[in-house]
Amino acid sequence: MASKKTATDVDIQHIIGWILRVGVISSMLVVFVGGCLYLYRHGHEQVHYKDFVGIPGFVHSASGIIHGILTWRGRAIIQAGIILLISTPVIRIIFSAIGFVLEKDWLYTGITLLVLAIILTSALTGNAG
Amino acid sequence: MTVLVLTLIILAGSYVAGLIGSLTGLGGGVVIIPLLTLLLNVNIHYAIGASLVSVIATSSGSAAAYVKEGITNIRLGMFLEIATTIGAMAGAMLALHIQTSIIAIVFGLILIFSAFMSLKKKNEQVSTQKSEWAEKLKLNSQYPVAGGKVNYSVLNVGGGFAMMAFAGVISGLLGIGSGALKVIAMDGIMRIPFKVSTTTSNFMIGVTAAASAVVYLQRGYIDPGLSMPVVLGVLLGALTGSKILVHSQSSQWLRWVFAVIVTFLASQMIYNGINHKI
Repeated sequence: MASKKTATDVDIQHIIGWILRVGVISSMLVVFVGGCLYLYRHGHEQVHYKDFVGIPGFVHSASGIIHGILTWRGRAIIQAGIILLISTPVIRIIFSAIGFVLEKDWLYTGITLLVLAIILTSALTGNAG
Repeated sequence: MTVLVLTLIILAGSYVAGLIGSLTGLGGGVVIIPLLTLLLNVNIHYAIGASLVSVIATSSGSAAAYVKEGITNIRLGMFLEIATTIGAMAGAMLALHIQTSIIAIVFGLILIFSAFMSLKKKNEQVSTQKSEWAEKLKLNSQYPVAGGKVNYSVLNVGGGFAMMAFAGVISGLLGIGSGALKVIAMDGIMRIPFKVSTTTSNFMIGVTAAASAVVYLQRGYIDPGLSMPVVLGVLLGALTGSKILVHSQSSQWLRWVFAVIVTFLASQMIYNGINHKI
């Protein structure tokens, strides 16, 4: 029953809280480091965001971002931090699913996996349409 | 303007936006988007992308604290996330195809609506009526209070689910948490106690925003140079706000001041949208 808080229920809530906190703190640190590098290298350049032209090619693909990180490019590091931040709630869902499996709550294991599937669909079809 | 100057201005502005968003309960996103588009002439697509990232940061940060207290109804949150993530995905796809001026007008309307929702007095309701769907889905639960635990039940599951799907579309379209719409769904339609609906809504916002952020990310709407000061500023502002909130309970006049400012910003967004300046 949902009204009874079992031991696993509480444990999973602690783990979820911990994941969210660690995810936010670590991604913000990565964004901050990338931001410092970006400002150091490009701080005096002119910039305008008036027209929408997408983002630079090297931060638009996984391989570009990885290459950018290895060559200490600030914006690639920032983008990696942002991707880590976006994945934080997704990782939280995976742990929720594990929690429901441990409780043998198959209805909610299914619901949680459905939410995960929707986000993955969104990620995989993001470039279509 | 050089990168350094713009970054510092956005950092300061985002801090204020996060602070106001936290104090009023509006969320940082609704304040940062007018700031970027109206004052700093940033394209609304970039502004929405950056705002969405900051929404994930603030909601995950505060959800971490709430989950520990045991008020959040995780089952209810998970169930309603089916609706919000489908909506958010649809909203993000929609944003790719409609004119930015229309996005600005919709944004202005939602902003005014949210501002007035934040003025409404919150009364603690506890429903104990039985609903078949809530029982089947195990949504009824309890939350801790000073003297023990309060049991509550959830009503109108279908209606709340539909409203949540709409909240998801708005979140994906505008890059905001759409907390005001989630409150309507949970407080107004599903009759959930205020404490539970606020924390559960917050718990859901990060997942909802992630579903549209993955679309925006691939479409190049999330610019690292712009998102960096926005996400850091909004998060720090929201943290400051949550510290202040504990100490000042009677902030009704503050809400009024912000509602007026926000309504002014919203009408600017609508005006610019109608004149195709955005």
